[in-house]
Amino acid sequence: MNDGAALLRLAGVHTHIGRYHILHGVDLAVRRGRLTMLLGRNGAGKTTTLRTIMGLWRRSAGEIAFDGAPIGALDTPDIARLGIAYVPESMGIFGQLTVRENLLLATGPKGFDAARLDDVMGLFPALRQKWHNGAGSLSGGQKQMLAISRAIIEERRLLIVDEPTKGLAPAVIQLLIDAFLRLKQTATTILLVEQNFHMARSVGDEVAVMDDGRVVHAGAMADLAADEALQRQLLGLSLASHQ
Amino acid sequence: MRRGAGRRPLDWLLSGDRPGGRVLSLLLLAVLLGLAFAPFLFPGTRPLGVAARICIFIVLAASYDIMLGYTGIASFAHTMFFGMGAYGVAIALAKLPVGWDAVLLGAAAGVALAALVAILIGLLSLRVRAIFFSMITLAVASFALILATELRDLTGGEDGLTFSVPRLLTPGFRLAAEPVLGVRLDGRLVTYYLIFVLSLALFLAMLRIVNSPFGRVLQAIRENEFRAEALGYRTLVYRTLAGALSAALAALAGAMMALLLRYNGPAVTLSFDVMVDILLMVVIGGMGTLYGPVLGAVVLVMAEYYLQPAMAALSRSLAGWPVLPVLFHPDRWLLWLGVLFVLIVYFFPAGIVGSLRRQAR
Amino acid sequence: MSGALARLRAGDWSAYALLPAVMLASLPMMSLSAWLTLTVAGVAMGMMLFLMAAGLTLIFGLMQVFTFAHGAFITLGAYLAVSVLGALAGWSVAGSWWLNLAALGAALVAALIATGAAGYVFERVIIRRVYGEHLRQILITVGGLIIAEQLVVAVWGANPLPLAKPASFRGSIIIAGAAIEKYRLLAAALGLVVYAGLQLLLSRTRVGLLVRAGVENLEMVEALGYRIRRLFIGVFVTGAALAGIGGVMWALYQEVVTRSIGGDMTILIFIILIIGGLGSVGGCFTAAILVGLVTNYVGFLAPKLALGSTIVLMMAVLMWRPRGLFPVGAG
Repeated sequence: MNDGAALLRLAGVHTHIGRYHILHGVDLAVRRGRLTMLLGRNGAGKTTTLRTIMGLWRRSAGEIAFDGAPIGALDTPDIARLGIAYVPESMGIFGQLTVRENLLLATGPKGFDAARLDDVMGLFPALRQKWHNGAGSLSGGQKQMLAISRAIIEERRLLIVDEPTKGLAPAVIQLLIDAFLRLKQTATTILLVEQNFHMARSVGDEVAVMDDGRVVHAGAMADLAADEALQRQLLGLSLASHQ
Repeated sequence: MRRGAGRRPLDWLLSGDRPGGRVLSLLLLAVLLGLAFAPFLFPGTRPLGVAARICIFIVLAASYDIMLGYTGIASFAHTMFFGMGAYGVAIALAKLPVGWDAVLLGAAAGVALAALVAILIGLLSLRVRAIFFSMITLAVASFALILATELRDLTGGEDGLTFSVPRLLTPGFRLAAEPVLGVRLDGRLVTYYLIFVLSLALFLAMLRIVNSPFGRVLQAIRENEFRAEALGYRTLVYRTLAGALSAALAALAGAMMALLLRYNGPAVTLSFDVMVDILLMVVIGGMGTLYGPVLGAVVLVMAEYYLQPAMAALSRSLAGWPVLPVLFHPDRWLLWLGVLFVLIVYFFPAGIVGSLRRQAR
Repeated sequence: MSGALARLRAGDWSAYALLPAVMLASLPMMSLSAWLTLTVAGVAMGMMLFLMAAGLTLIFGLMQVFTFAHGAFITLGAYLAVSVLGALAGWSVAGSWWLNLAALGAALVAALIATGAAGYVFERVIIRRVYGEHLRQILITVGGLIIAEQLVVAVWGANPLPLAKPASFRGSIIIAGAAIEKYRLLAAALGLVVYAGLQLLLSRTRVGLLVRAGVENLEMVEALGYRIRRLFIGVFVTGAALAGIGGVMWALYQEVVTRSIGGDMTILIFIILIIGGLGSVGGCFTAAILVGLVTNYVGFLAPKLALGSTIVLMMAVLMWRPRGLFPVGAG
């Protein structure tokens, strides 16, 4: 793989949570302007990988580099300030704050940029109507839209999203797929964890498959999508149910 | 002591939980011998009272250690259980004909009440967030203090209860006409040895408990609640049982306190100051070791009685300096224990025992 | 306040209804004038309790930091009131309302600065090293409380010190046949001003937005690029300073200062935090007034049960709502 093209690179990353050894040497490259899918069964270490990138768990060994500079020792806020937006699996919506306030938190000191706000709200028109509502009162799908809107309300260099489709209805998933396809047109670099293979196949450029705390396969999404035997080998039966 | 033959019974007594380290073993042996022969080594009424207090506080602090050190829960209601045992004996002896049956009845009632309340608090913690637990125990303890002060007919209110004890324990009782080794064999001596033997037995029993499978589960919960839960241990049940046990033992310590003082009142057994003392003992001695509270109790009770005169002397010698005489005023002994406490929590979280053990290794 | 109504979820009304319900329920048990006096007294006491508790609810809520030493700031404020009003005795006993107010204002400002500074030192020296370790937080702050109490005694002595209210704030005015102490009105007014100020700060400023978000989900705020610890120092200092002001007001209300004045309030403050729900300024406000009212009503009907009644109230609330009346956040 071409090193220069990687915006984010993990090399031999180990992570312990308490006494438990979760990541056993993760190697991963996220290329500029591409959407990289991170797949794998439950417990493979996908969420832990994302949290380790964000500094929410500390790596115990290995190196994490963003745009060539090591970030493994930085605190979470400093990592975020490099231009990395993170949408956790729980979405991290502040339920006691309004939709507007949730978005405002992700803007710089000057507040909203009108044009950018229009763009983002164009992706999810439903949010506009809930502008002054408490975010706690949103539906699950609306919360996910808000979470993604918050991640892109300012120009970011890397967008990290953890299982956005979890527990959502098919119509909402389609909306999210459309949103990611639109985002790809702006050449945003994205790292996306997903269980939903349909979504993965629709939006992914690259793919990395994790198992047991390691990346066991990396390559182009199209190659994996075309090779059913490889899918079965890497992802087991779980993906059949998603097809 | 001969190898093999002598050590096996010792291991049996200590439930295989040796102090660890020569210095520590010697210190504990000194405490044991000092307490066992206190009436002969330190004659006089006052030293005997100090020795008896040490025995009682060893039980009280060790029982608190079962909560704090072995389950990692900070409760502020331990004095309440201490008080329940003391009030049980005090009320029984004040209201019923004086006799051993009254003592036993009072102690049993106190122990039962303490265990029951501890179970109720444990069940309450099922419903509320863990973050509330310490605060709730503090509120419950102050509620108990209010009750003890307001239920004047039963508890004697603020003034407390003064009562008679069985004749065997009264100062007037003579076991033998002649003194032995210069010590009069009177009721005070009997009281002391009753407390000493009971305390020793309770302490060894506690060692047995924390080294049983039950105790190991408690430690597993402290280390990692999530994992213990996953392993199938019902953490709440175990914690509640530990709480009830700890409360019952505290009540027994309270019963001994009542017999020693022939008096009980809110300030002696229920006040927040006593709670702070217990906390200091366990943390200074070393949490989660049971031997820690032994040393902690010795240090604290001795400090209470003997640090003040020393500080008075120091304060006098510093006269003329600014501020210093005030800081070393004999009434400021708690200030220095507070400083010691904070330093220990920072730098020696394992307390005296933990530090000695680490040196021994 | 934008979104305030939106946040009022279905079901919350019963928590809000508790205050008027308690007020109404106590009315048949006493004469109207007694009720009016007690209600004002209860609200005033509640406002002072709110001052003392407001910072702590945010400290708990924002960083999940347990501190048992908050009472030390109250005690410090109370003793500063003695010293400052003693030094300004001329202003305090003068017949001029303005001079009296200036004396009180000087005491409040002195307490604000001194306890705020003490809070800063306490956070940097004591709290900072034990983030995320609840047991050590409890132990270390109990140790801090012991040290602080002993230092106060070393400076001001162990004996209770009398403290007189400035001349203009003594006595009562008669409203509808009920005697209302002037000082209580003043305390209630100050509490209300601080409450309004805090709410404005929280709802209208970016710092307030961050605090509210941080109480809910600290990790996410950090993942958005904010260094929350710096914010937390600010909250801690503010909380300590508010407790200091509360200490001044409470000391003047009691007209005597003892070294345990802060420690005694700690239990009441915890009860308020538990009833109100950790991290909620609004909940803290409601709970403080609730506790003030119940203390005064019960104190009138059955004086011995006053403190006990608030503990019973707390238990009842916990049975009804295990996370308090107005819970915030996921933790």
